[in-house]
Amino acid sequence: MIKLEGITKSFKVAKRSTGLRQATKALFYREHTIVEALKDITFSIEPGEIVGYIGPNGAGKSTTIKIMSGILVPDGGNCSIMGYTPWKNRVDYVKNIGVVFGQRSQLWWDVPVIDSFELLKDIYNVPEQEYKTTLNLLIETLELKEIMNSPVRQLSLGQRMRCEIAASLIHNPQILFLDEPTIGLDAVSKIAVRQFIKTINQEKGVTVLLTTHDMNDIEALANRVILIGKGSLLYDGKIEELKKRFGSHKTITVDYRKNINSIDIPGTSIIHWSPEHAVLSIDTEKILTSEVITELSQKVDLLDVTIESQPIEDVIIQLYKEFQI
Amino acid sequence: MSLYFKYLLILFKSQMQYRTSFWLLSIGQFFIPFSVFAGLYFLFERFGHIKGWDFFEVALCFAVIHMAFSLSECFARGFDTFSSLIIKGDFDRVLVRPRSTFLQVLGSKFEFTRIGRLLQSGIVLIWALNNLPIEWSFVKVVTLFFMITSGVFIFTGIYMLAATMCFWTVQGLEVANIFTDGGREMAQYPLNIYQKWVAQFFTYVIPFGTVNYLPLLFILGKTKGNELLYMLTPLAGSLFILPCIFVWQFGVRHYRSTGS
Repeated sequence: MIKLEGITKSFKVAKRSTGLRQATKALFYREHTIVEALKDITFSIEPGEIVGYIGPNGAGKSTTIKIMSGILVPDGGNCSIMGYTPWKNRVDYVKNIGVVFGQRSQLWWDVPVIDSFELLKDIYNVPEQEYKTTLNLLIETLELKEIMNSPVRQLSLGQRMRCEIAASLIHNPQILFLDEPTIGLDAVSKIAVRQFIKTINQEKGVTVLLTTHDMNDIEALANRVILIGKGSLLYDGKIEELKKRFGSHKTITVDYRKNINSIDIPGTSIIHWSPEHAVLSIDTEKILTSEVITELSQKVDLLDVTIESQPIEDVIIQLYKEFQI
Repeated sequence: MSLYFKYLLILFKSQMQYRTSFWLLSIGQFFIPFSVFAGLYFLFERFGHIKGWDFFEVALCFAVIHMAFSLSECFARGFDTFSSLIIKGDFDRVLVRPRSTFLQVLGSKFEFTRIGRLLQSGIVLIWALNNLPIEWSFVKVVTLFFMITSGVFIFTGIYMLAATMCFWTVQGLEVANIFTDGGREMAQYPLNIYQKWVAQFFTYVIPFGTVNYLPLLFILGKTKGNELLYMLTPLAGSLFILPCIFVWQFGVRHYRSTGS
């Protein structure tokens, strides 16, 4: 369905220097540096997959999405999506994809949401009957009924994002690119968006590639992650394996009734301790989380337990160390 | 084409969300060329005529170019304000939709408040026509119509060239205003009152003369030689947009390879 082979892309970036004198000089002459945004990116995605595309800021995620959606032409490499080369035959190709840029709106700001949808229907030449069916499905699953007639500028961010995703699906694309779809959303909206992505993937078989900084998005949606850092592909595979490999540590925070006995458990280390509260770090290769909780409950009267996995940022930092970049 | 009207409709609806500012801006747009026109009036009041052109002849010239200008500012505003599309990154969105960039940029913005300017120049047009002893024929009516539409094409072409520059400079370049605002100011008088090189520049490079001065000679019956040639000049002038579209497409290609 999606196949990238050795995609490279570099940008010419003007050097910025500080100081008035340098700034004046830059008016007339600018030094440029070549930044390699993507180095030899190769991966393929099968129909019906949901793939999480992750990496820190500036890693090249957006550039990859721009190349895959036909906006940018890469310097080298091949890309074949549904038999098309995205940057050739742009008009024919983009009918088959939906793109959501989380930070930018594709809706018309001052008019009711439904008007934007109607116009998109005309832009994509969607037949009337098909449009009605799709729209009803979208309204139902995304709970858009009450907000369909409100101008976009009056919507909350969560409501707007639901409309953005709906807007990118009006033409029934087979592939959906989501660039940070949950950025800035509250917990409830995040869950709604995730649930919806899952629904369209299962019911319509839409292939989804999403970028995000929220590891919970990935855990809720994607079986597979592709990790990119400084333009290079670092990891491509199951999320569990990634965590096993690099993130075998979990943090457990417990509150309990006053107890001055030590809670030392083999395989864990105490980060913080007080008679009513403790924070432990668990090495899951040595001891299972459930075993730690069992042992803890024998030692103290537990009031509250919170378990946190290692954040993806930490995993990535570890990966960087391993790849020395 | 029908999609263009749908864009027009949705943006008109948006504009109607801000009625007060629409009316105020429209009234303002009515009075801007009005003051220029008043200057023209007093000039002729004092001198009677310029190089054999009398007041109503020049008024007709004025009305044609201002109508073309206001129409192009209304309907090709997307290219005129294209730099904002680049700065906000919304041009990427244009590229992921299955329509030509030309149509989508054209449909990205309309400036309906130019109705005020259009109204003002419309009044001048009617006033001038009522006071000129023109022997009207079907061909002359068609010619007048072509003069205005071709003028719209030329202004749009200049906006497109300026927009294309944004692919390299990001910010809009005021330099284009020399040719739009400047061209408009020049072309509101018959071109033969200027130095020869100015007249030539605005005939052969940016062909305002072909939508204004030359066909005007035909309408007023001042031509020497083949009348048909004068009548057809607006059509030749409108061809100006073709190289502009070509340059635009070159710019889009540059954008897609550099992403900036």
